[in-house]
Amino acid sequence: MSTITETSAGRARISARTLRTDRWWLPPLLTVAGLTAWVSYATVRVFMQKWYWVPEYHYLTPFYSPCVSTGCEPESALFGRFLPNWGILPFGALTLPFLLMFRLTCYYYRKAYYRGFWASPPACAVAERHKRYTGETRWPLLGQNLHRYFFYVAVLISVINTIDAVDSLRGNGGFGVGLGSLIITGNVVLLWAYTVSCHSCRSIMGGRLNHFSKHPLRYKLWTQVSKLNAKHQELAWITLGTLALTDFYVMALSAGWFSDPRIVN
Amino acid sequence: MSYTAHFRVWRGDSNKGELVDYNVEVNEGEVVLDVIHRLQQTQTGDLAVRWNCKAGKCGSCGAEINGRPRLMCMTRMSIFDKSEALTVTPMRTFPVIRDLVTDVEFNYQKAREIPAFAPPAGVAPGEYRMEQVDVERSQEFRKCIECYLCQNVCHVVRDHEENKPAFAGPRFLMRIAELDMHPLDAADRKRAAQEEHGLGYCNITKCCTEVCPEHIKITDNALIPLKERVVDRKYDPLVWLGSKIFKRTPANA
Repeated sequence: MSTITETSAGRARISARTLRTDRWWLPPLLTVAGLTAWVSYATVRVFMQKWYWVPEYHYLTPFYSPCVSTGCEPESALFGRFLPNWGILPFGALTLPFLLMFRLTCYYYRKAYYRGFWASPPACAVAERHKRYTGETRWPLLGQNLHRYFFYVAVLISVINTIDAVDSLRGNGGFGVGLGSLIITGNVVLLWAYTVSCHSCRSIMGGRLNHFSKHPLRYKLWTQVSKLNAKHQELAWITLGTLALTDFYVMALSAGWFSDPRIVN
Repeated sequence: MSYTAHFRVWRGDSNKGELVDYNVEVNEGEVVLDVIHRLQQTQTGDLAVRWNCKAGKCGSCGAEINGRPRLMCMTRMSIFDKSEALTVTPMRTFPVIRDLVTDVEFNYQKAREIPAFAPPAGVAPGEYRMEQVDVERSQEFRKCIECYLCQNVCHVVRDHEENKPAFAGPRFLMRIAELDMHPLDAADRKRAAQEEHGLGYCNITKCCTEVCPEHIKITDNALIPLKERVVDRKYDPLVWLGSKIFKRTPANA
């Protein structure tokens, strides 16, 4: 428990956990609700192993990209099929763990779940209830320092998502654009924005330099990534939304709940 | 328009204390410090409060207003509902001397633990030459007025007194980041940041940034970049390999 009332330290003896009068509990509550809802939906979908592919237009949901299980539809597997078709193994199992870890170690999500789930602290100037606190000084939270490796992998996965988006530009026997193509492409653009706006990317681009004047190109890159980085929190939530929306749209088309409005061919 | 506000001010010392109720006049355009001064002048002459510039530049009048760390001189009364009771308490993280005045010695001690700027060998004072583009990033950190609201709100020490010896706090980790980004600083700050000043304790929950009256992006521009620099040094074999091949360390890149 907090030591705020500990008298040995000579602090003011105030027993209330916080004297804040605003709704400080609302942001962590919304974070928990939002992340729980998203993780629940994503978990159901990645293990569903159906309604992930629309063969007429080559729409593949990002939750199954790249589809590398022997259970995948042959046309949906642009990168081969080599993982065994087991019920407990998602078709996109090659990349999903890395994407999960990329988001789990992300500097924004860390803030979100430390506050929301671990209540450490739940909000500023609201005492946490943990007896001890060692932060990210020891295992397993020391592993948060691996974020940049997951960033490297996330860049490769974004390339794969981009190939999926290009592949979705299909119509009857050739080029075509439908609402699904736009949704998939928009999702990929936002995924790139989220990935590139990452704090590790900002450091790699130029943040680690002390002499910007000697590296004008990297300085330029750092400046641009810094602008995006200021929106990292918003992009983190927006991309959760677009990922779920894209997946749901592909599922709905694949299940035949409605048809894809076509714009070109 | 004047009105009467209900203030609840913490009165006491390190042995005992309580919230005391006051009804006090508030005039248009006033800040919380004005009202505290009116209390001193009209009702309770022995109320202890530290203040100086009344302009948000000296960092003296830090306190907690309705539980939120703020500068009293920069907190307008107009942001509060006229009917709500306003609670004013001293900063919780530091030992209280009396009423709203705390002993912030912890911060001076932490400041002394950080080695000063170390110029490179062979460069004498007066010979320092730097490009503006190389120093402007850390100039943001020089806006700090040392009010210690960030040190006060950081849960690492606010909720865990036992972490004080190991953790420098956001203000001084920002100082290390500033020196580490300095184009002429020759000292190795990264390893010390992690091993001696407790950077790993920071879990980037951004309360320091939220309370900073100078709006310094402490977490995004100082603490996270410093964490990434520590990763360069301690946890990234690719950077280590690159430094061996190109005979260059990130510190002097």
